[in-house]
Amino acid sequence: MKGTTRIDWQAIRADFPILEEQVHGKPLVYFDNAATSQKPKQVIDALVDYYSRYNSNVHRGVHSLSQQATAAFEATRRKVQLLLNAREEAEIIYTSGTTAAINLVASSWGSLHVEAGDEILITGLEHHANIVPWQMLCERTDAKLVVAPILDNGEVSLEAFAQLLSSRTKMAAFSWISNALGTVNPVHDMIALAQAAGAFTLVDAAQAAPHSEIDVQALDCDFLCFSAHKMLGPTGIGILYGKREVLEPLPPYQGGGDMIKEVTFEKTTYNDLPLRLEAGTPNIADVIAFGTAIDYMQNIGLANIEARENELLDYATAKISQITGIRLIGTAPEKRCVLSFMLGSAHPYDVGVLLDQMGIAIRTGHHCAQPVMDRYQIPGSCRASFAFYNTFEEIDRFITALQKVQKILS
Amino acid sequence: MMAKMNEIQDQLIEDFGFLEDWEDKYGYLIDLAKSLQPLTSEQKIADNVIKGCQSTVWLHAKLEGDRVRYQADSDAFISKGIIALLVRVFDGQTPDDILHGDFYVVDRIGLSTHLSPNRANGLGHMLKQMRTYALAFQSKTQNA
Repeated sequence: MKGTTRIDWQAIRADFPILEEQVHGKPLVYFDNAATSQKPKQVIDALVDYYSRYNSNVHRGVHSLSQQATAAFEATRRKVQLLLNAREEAEIIYTSGTTAAINLVASSWGSLHVEAGDEILITGLEHHANIVPWQMLCERTDAKLVVAPILDNGEVSLEAFAQLLSSRTKMAAFSWISNALGTVNPVHDMIALAQAAGAFTLVDAAQAAPHSEIDVQALDCDFLCFSAHKMLGPTGIGILYGKREVLEPLPPYQGGGDMIKEVTFEKTTYNDLPLRLEAGTPNIADVIAFGTAIDYMQNIGLANIEARENELLDYATAKISQITGIRLIGTAPEKRCVLSFMLGSAHPYDVGVLLDQMGIAIRTGHHCAQPVMDRYQIPGSCRASFAFYNTFEEIDRFITALQKVQKILS
Repeated sequence: MMAKMNEIQDQLIEDFGFLEDWEDKYGYLIDLAKSLQPLTSEQKIADNVIKGCQSTVWLHAKLEGDRVRYQADSDAFISKGIIALLVRVFDGQTPDDILHGDFYVVDRIGLSTHLSPNRANGLGHMLKQMRTYALAFQSKTQNA
């Protein structure tokens, strides 16, 4: 569905049972969507339905339940392929999440392509999940981790990024949208620059997939990954997309069941993609429910979701800017869903605890992006992050609550 | 003569008991924070930082006679209020009382759901660190 149409957001909100909850006797305002999204009842029902009616192991059984489970499990792969516009289902690998996907690439791809003296280029905006696996790879291989700095407004310096690329760069790995600041990176340009230098590319789309349309063929990246739980799906399931020609030569990440063709004590031959990279009994129930989550998002339409969330962010940004002493952390011209801020000299922890007393859930701390906090010389920030099921009234309550926090802490 | 731990705790429970809503309770906690004697910059060193808190909490302890003297600070008001509560109860007590006494004040002042040891506020870490000092001083006093 292209373009925005009139949507009954109130009716959509009613699909999310948790939004009816009370916290400390007040209606919950959930503004921690960048950490994990809430789940519509359709997704919750899909989990119950699977365990109640056709729970069974996949790919191996000849009996009806196993075939039904396998069909539903593989149907999600097809949905993800279409969601990303990937060329084929074999390019979609199930992992336990974004972190596991990046670790898989750093391990399997790294063992094939990286040696001493090579470089891995990331940016100063990255989540720890897109830093630590590369650091571990660099330690193993004596390669070097290179970081493209960010500007004061929270944008990656594209100039610095381009200058840091060289024939030594084997991989450029960067987030599409920053979880700590909400900055939208110019990923098309970054991929093109990296390709021109002969580097592989990985896009951490954990914060992008819940909010934006993704076309991996248009992007032309080698890898792209994200987590289901940030986009209405269950925890414990994520996606690694890889181009077939890049995935095909990779050594298996883990050994075990499902990833093999034939096992003898002398030699094992490995299965074809995608199963070769999915050892062991997978997370069947959550994969199936993730398929329901994708259906749910596509029924609303990602363009509608994006437009709605931009309106919420713009409204919140305008309102919060009126509070005396507010300092916004990250003011890039292109931002999505994330409002990171300091309330005067108040410690984010105090702000978070007091907002919680008023039923408002935000995230405080370093957001698993300590280098970003160091860049701004703050111990952490307050982060409100929005999803389409949030309302303008909730933002009003949040603003009033912030003013109250200011009073209590003064 | 220092008041006994339980007397101090009962007094705090009574004080908090007069406060009806969460705003007043947190206001009082913040007042406790503000009344805490500040640490010197020499005491605000990495060795005195309690790990596991979302904010930075410093705890300094020394033995005076047979009593443990605590001083603490934090960069966040609420953490500082919590550690102030702990200092109020444990400062000036014997290592033995600190290690074996009953610490119940937090459960009884109407903030326990918010200050449970599981939370990122690190109450459990603070308590553990205070008792670790007491344990170290206990062996010192016994050996003396």
